[in-house]
Amino acid sequence: MTVLLSVQGLTKQFGGLQALTQITFDLPQGQILGLIGPNGAGKTTLFNVINGVYHPEVGRIIFRDKDVTGMKSYDLAHMGMARTHQIVRPLNELTVRENVMVGACFGRENHNLGKAAGIADEVLGFVGLDSRADQMAGSLNVAQKKRLEMARALAAHPYLLLLDEVLAGLNPSEIDGMVQTVRKIREQGITIIMIEHLMKAMMNVSDRIIVLDYGEQIADGTPHEIANNPRVIEAYLGDSSLANQLLEEE
Amino acid sequence: MKQLKSIGLWVSLLAVAALGIGPIANHSASLRETIYIIMQVIVLAASLNILLGFTGYVSFGHIVFFGLGGYVGLYLINAQDWPLWSAALAGGLASGLLAFLLGKAILRLRGAYFALATIGINEAVRAFTNNFDPFGGPIGMTLNFKVYNSYGGAANALWMAYYAVFAIALLAVVLNFVVKNSKFGLGLMAIREDEGAAEVMGVITPNAKTWAFVLSAILPGIVGTLFFFKNGHIEPGDAFRLDYSIEMLVIVMLGGQGSVLGPILGAAGYEGLRNYLLTSPLFKNIQLSVAGALLLVIVLFIPAGAVGWLRRRVPIFGKVLA
Ligand SMILES: Nc1ncnc2c1ncn2[C@@H]1O[C@H](COP(=O)(O)OP(=O)(O)O)[C@@H](O)[C@H]1O
Ligand SMILES: [Mg+2]
Repeated sequence: MTVLLSVQGLTKQFGGLQALTQITFDLPQGQILGLIGPNGAGKTTLFNVINGVYHPEVGRIIFRDKDVTGMKSYDLAHMGMARTHQIVRPLNELTVRENVMVGACFGRENHNLGKAAGIADEVLGFVGLDSRADQMAGSLNVAQKKRLEMARALAAHPYLLLLDEVLAGLNPSEIDGMVQTVRKIREQGITIIMIEHLMKAMMNVSDRIIVLDYGEQIADGTPHEIANNPRVIEAYLGDSSLANQLLEEE
Repeated sequence: MKQLKSIGLWVSLLAVAALGIGPIANHSASLRETIYIIMQVIVLAASLNILLGFTGYVSFGHIVFFGLGGYVGLYLINAQDWPLWSAALAGGLASGLLAFLLGKAILRLRGAYFALATIGINEAVRAFTNNFDPFGGPIGMTLNFKVYNSYGGAANALWMAYYAVFAIALLAVVLNFVVKNSKFGLGLMAIREDEGAAEVMGVITPNAKTWAFVLSAILPGIVGTLFFFKNGHIEPGDAFRLDYSIEMLVIVMLGGQGSVLGPILGAAGYEGLRNYLLTSPLFKNIQLSVAGALLLVIVLFIPAGAVGWLRRRVPIFGKVLA
């Protein structure tokens, strides 16, 4: 199995706050890696460091056999990395189609406008936003904006997709739809790292799970191993509902 | 969709053409002078629109490109005997070069810091011309009257400058349309909406912003040369007027930033208002206060400008107005 992404000893500080400590893992191509942990554990920060929004103080990131530590997020986009944002960032005064075209035009494949419009319509159909294509992105509701984030990322036809809480705030039927969508994305051969709080969905869909707590990587294993790991259960004890969800899985 | 978009272009071009034909049809020199200024303002506003309307960066000192173009062009005509057309082109390129050199440095600043930096640059270039002897220092440069002879005399030269500014106004409108409907323009609008998100999607923001800045500087440089050629004289105080810079902003916002028709409506509307104010004894001395008040009203009540307002009121305009 070829390794698509290798994260080696990443450390990130904000002032005195140790947001990430020595994060290390290899992600083989085609897997779905789940990233869980209590609020403030550093999950989003790890995404920000992997895709070049922030640069780590220590550690290296190897993507497709190239050391990309310190590269800009647009360089990483060109190399085939795409992401969604936990707090959605729609381009409000552009149409939904134009939002997605940005991903297709400037991402890995660098398409012209005509080709990008075609890809946008295809991807919007895939995430179920085709009827909204000509609407301004600012007029969508939150669930639709989450789908738009996903569509923009997919339009780049990335090798690696970083999904930051795309299920948060969705109702159960929307969640089922989104989980199906994630599975279909993986079937297209796209490698995924997924941050999520919903344990059930995570256990279902992930090949492997990493748990962060206070910026430290406290566990790394199959969903089954994670659910039985005492450190993980302990980390979640502060958050009893999550702990219960986790235990329910067994 | 495509056809509707190009209707918007034709509406805009027709509007400029309708304005521009008047003086030619009437052979009226006084009307020509009025419309000349409107054409020039259309060029300046449409150029600023690329930066302000498409990219979302507020430049308060944009007049620096007009002034610098004027200086470079007039110097080349006067001291180096360049023909007007090459001198104007060189004026435009000089302004574009200044924008290119400054772009990477100051386009890293956001919001008010960028706006302040542009004012600083205007003042710095003004101070430079004030002390630069080849440009005549504080006295500036006066065009050698003989120069007009190569253009069939002064009267003819004025008409020629008018045709040129008319053509450049049409060009500025086409440029706005082409940029807005290009991949480059999509990247600029993505930057305007959310620069961080644009970067994550792969827009090379430092380059895109720099080219937007360069594009917004070239035509002002060209019309700068034309204007001071017509004027016959240039000096620091006339070339780098901050009040004109602010009026440019008001005009773009009045017409509707980010639209192709906006700068045209804004230029015609604002200049019409200005001519009224100048002839009205009551307002004569407070036209800049009026511009300031107008800016406030626009920002508070019609942030999308006249074009945005029309689009909302009359749905068909939403599709047609580019
Ligand atoms: N830009 C930043 N500046 C300062 N602190 C930050 C910044 N981004 C995140 N943090 C802090 O880093 C910690 C981890 O945050 P985050 O990665 O968003 O957590 P998670 O996504 O796991 O909920 C939090 O304490 C947060 O306040
Ligand atoms: Mg987060």
